[in-house]
Amino acid sequence: MTTLKSESVDIAGPTDVVILRQKVRAWSIELKFSLVDQTKMITASSELARNTLDHGGGGRCLMEMVSNGARSGLRLTFEDHGPGIPDIDLALKDGYSTGNGMGLGLSGSKRLVNEFQIASKVGEGTRICVVRWK
Amino acid sequence: MSKIAEILQKNESELLADWMKEQLTAVRRRDLMNDGELQAQSTDLLRSIASAARNGNVTDVSGSDWAGVRERLTDISASRAKQGFSPDETALFVFSLKQPLFTRLRNELAKDPNAMFAEMWNATVMVDRLGLMTFGAFLKAKEQLIAQQAEEMLELSTPVVKLWQGIVAIPLIGTLDSNRTQIVMESLLSTIVATNSKVAIIDITGVPAVDTLVAQHLLKTITAAKLMGAECILSGIRPQIAQTIVHLGINLNEVITKASLADALATALQKTGKTVVRIDKQNGKAGENKDGAEVKQTPERKGA
Repeated sequence: MTTLKSESVDIAGPTDVVILRQKVRAWSIELKFSLVDQTKMITASSELARNTLDHGGGGRCLMEMVSNGARSGLRLTFEDHGPGIPDIDLALKDGYSTGNGMGLGLSGSKRLVNEFQIASKVGEGTRICVVRWK
Repeated sequence: MSKIAEILQKNESELLADWMKEQLTAVRRRDLMNDGELQAQSTDLLRSIASAARNGNVTDVSGSDWAGVRERLTDISASRAKQGFSPDETALFVFSLKQPLFTRLRNELAKDPNAMFAEMWNATVMVDRLGLMTFGAFLKAKEQLIAQQAEEMLELSTPVVKLWQGIVAIPLIGTLDSNRTQIVMESLLSTIVATNSKVAIIDITGVPAVDTLVAQHLLKTITAAKLMGAECILSGIRPQIAQTIVHLGINLNEVITKASLADALATALQKTGKTVVRIDKQNGKAGENKDGAEVKQTPERKGA
């Protein structure tokens, strides 16, 4: 997989979530995503960014425009140094939330993207990497 | 009295002339400010710096002797921020005082390099601090401007409109964060009471993305309206939003949803016991004529 361009966005407050969403929108349009795919990627980025903020205490998102030769896509990597997730399977279950949200953010965004990787260590932080192909 | 203060006092007019020349070459923006105004501003500032340097320590611009200078600088920066100057243009306004000041110091202290170095260092520290202060004040003024605009946007973007007797609608536009949802909820609920409405339409055509947080905010608003006896219809759900909601797994089964505001209004009229029928233009009676339409109270739901 080759990276065509990349940008790092800090996620420190609610306004950063909006900024990231706008950036993801601009990049999705640049990649000529369909309107549905644009909206899916924007929504996933919004969910994951808010998780980074609310549960991870803030972090950053690395945006990458990637290509695997045949297709191009958008890869987002969210990283925080928060408390981490003790039970990833449980966190990915619909309706499970440690906060007071709907408990659909993580599981829902998994369904909105093509590739979803999550790695977390308790006490060290969480790293989520998602890709949506054109 | 320090050498700087002495120079500032003795050579005021020369300094001012040189400073003006510096400014004219470095940062002149005739489109934003005329020369007379700039001259007046510069003179005023230079005089207050001179008097502060005379009474106080030139390297301690946060002291009480410098209060007048700080106030003037803050005013100048704030007004420039509003006029549309860029931050570096505003900072250069102060920094351009350096060269004229240094030239004078060099002339005065040419025979004593040590004293010249010491005074130049003092002058650098003074101008730098003043410049930073200008920059800080400029940013603060800009931030205030942004905060004020954000506030105005909040107010602007949440009007509740009465569509018919007993039917209100709130067209939502932009990002729904917690602040805005709070305002939306408040204005919707108070309008429901004020207009004694039974149906409220929440239109999200102008909301770019519906994630779980937005959905949760919407559901809370709908529940609150329900508690007050009003039914909510969610309209303006575009195809891409519908697909995203399905993938996210958000359950909106409990809510009446419509693709367009027109559909929502038709449903709302129905719910309040009214229907839209075509009228005959000549005799005003309901009929098959396509020339017009009017809303009629349907008999079976009357008084319900």
